[in-house]
Amino acid sequence: MSLSRAEVEHIAELAKLNLTEAELDQYAVQLSAILDYIAELNALNTDDIPPTASVLPLKNVLAADEVTFGLEQKAALANAPDAEAGQFRVQAIFE
Amino acid sequence: MATKIQTPAYEAVIGMEVHAELMTESKMFCRCAVVDLTAAQPNTAVCPVCLGMPGVLPVINQQAIEYGIMVGLALNCEIAEFNQFARKNYFYPDLPKGYQISQYEFPLAVNGYVMIDLPDGSTKRIGIRRAHLEEDTGKNTHLSDGTSLVDFNRSGVPLLEIVTEPDIRNAEEAEAYCRKLRAILQYLGVNSGDMSKGVLRVEANISVRPVGSNEFRNRTEVKNLNSIRNMFRATEYEIERQIQVWESGGSVVQETRGWDEQKQKTFSQRSKESAHDYRYFPEPDLPVLEISREWVERVRAHMPELPDTKRERFMNALGLSAYDASVLVADRPIADYFENAVKAGGDAKIIANWMMGELFRLMNKSGLEREQINEISVKPEQLVEVIQLIEKKTINNNAGKKVLEIVYNKGGEVSHIIQSEGLAQQSDEGVLRTAVMQVLDQNPSEVTRWLNGEEKVIKFLMGQVMRAMRGTGDAQAVQRLLEEELNKRK
Ligand SMILES: [Zn+2]
Repeated sequence: MSLSRAEVEHIAELAKLNLTEAELDQYAVQLSAILDYIAELNALNTDDIPPTASVLPLKNVLAADEVTFGLEQKAALANAPDAEAGQFRVQAIFE
Repeated sequence: MATKIQTPAYEAVIGMEVHAELMTESKMFCRCAVVDLTAAQPNTAVCPVCLGMPGVLPVINQQAIEYGIMVGLALNCEIAEFNQFARKNYFYPDLPKGYQISQYEFPLAVNGYVMIDLPDGSTKRIGIRRAHLEEDTGKNTHLSDGTSLVDFNRSGVPLLEIVTEPDIRNAEEAEAYCRKLRAILQYLGVNSGDMSKGVLRVEANISVRPVGSNEFRNRTEVKNLNSIRNMFRATEYEIERQIQVWESGGSVVQETRGWDEQKQKTFSQRSKESAHDYRYFPEPDLPVLEISREWVERVRAHMPELPDTKRERFMNALGLSAYDASVLVADRPIADYFENAVKAGGDAKIIANWMMGELFRLMNKSGLEREQINEISVKPEQLVEVIQLIEKKTINNNAGKKVLEIVYNKGGEVSHIIQSEGLAQQSDEGVLRTAVMQVLDQNPSEVTRWLNGEEKVIKFLMGQVMRAMRGTGDAQAVQRLLEEELNKRK
């Protein structure tokens, strides 16, 4: 298995996911299977191919520094679970 | 804190991280306006992109790139030809996407330096490790009921992070670095330098070690530094605290510390280990950015004069001393004020004296920072008018100071104030002589003392005459007439 259970636990914590013991076991197997499948690409010889983060033949897509209006405050807050005084209200996070 | 420890001597090893918002019109990856957080209504400069809604695509602001190139060049950096943005993943309510778009492996500018000016007149070279572009986060306000309010007006504002090499050795150098960097940003017109509004944010990475050693000990990262003064105090405090920890047999914990302005202390801000696992990866929503050498040169050609160049010019072309020139270029608004006054027809050295003397004194008194000189009611032309009236002997030096103070406090026109306050210089010999004779008649014992060789009494008599004339007498003429009249009484 390419991914240890401890690594899955760590990733779950970073992703703010509360997983049960059973789920941790299950995802360790499933995620490993995905990684192993992707790892089949390693069989290809990529010595002469430069690494890239994008498959699109694009570069330097830039916008002029001109303001356009976005959303009204009311629209911006429309999906907020809670709002007060024009602001999103959330549970405070310390640390 | 216990008594300062003298031996072994320690030195601090300090690197600075500065986050500077760039003064573009629109945000880094969307076209929402960049607004003054302290003035705008919350969540009124937002759109689906900067609110992190699904399915949106960021587009890079060209002006932000060019401002970044300008800063990189001003800091003598190499501007990278290949640029790539990266996602920095973490959870916090002010980060709606769950990641910040930043630069990681491929920053915009690297390997630069800046020359800082120290209080003793010397300069020191501080290495710049890198400067990279990213987006600012929203702003949280914690409430007492355990909830927070979030305003996303700041979310996505272009931010340039500038990181030095650990070349700074004490709080004075840290302050000099901040002042120099702030001046450069102001001169380039890319940042207002207003730390109180949070558009320029400073962090100091501090460790200490015995002098002569090359080791790097555990360091702390000090935050919440909302003014250069607080940065200085926090740095001094933290250096001393760490020395005490090592000297008492302990070891410094590598951590983030905040500055408590009330208590004038740094305090531990514990953070979870995992919070630093940012899982950077290349931003798939943004194509790479290639900055050609031609583009760099085009930007360079449009760069304004920088503080060091301006200081040289003030010294060479205007004849200012190195010290005066340094003070005047340290804040761009001060330099602009000075140049406007020179343009209005004043002598550069005399203007410099009046600015650094009277104007700075009045500004200190009313609690204004140097960069707020544009807010005072004395305009550069009025300062020049006062100086010229003194040269023409229409008013004397003291009256000039009074006029300036009145314009500073209440506004008004120089000529009107001179008239209404009766500040015009009195040089009429008849009037002056009458005043002199009256004072001598009223102070016979002082006259006798002078006649008995006590020469310094003349200063007292001089003061009496000037007082009788409400400070408007031509001082040189009064002095001459006093001597004449005293001699007549020998
Ligand atoms: Zn937006």
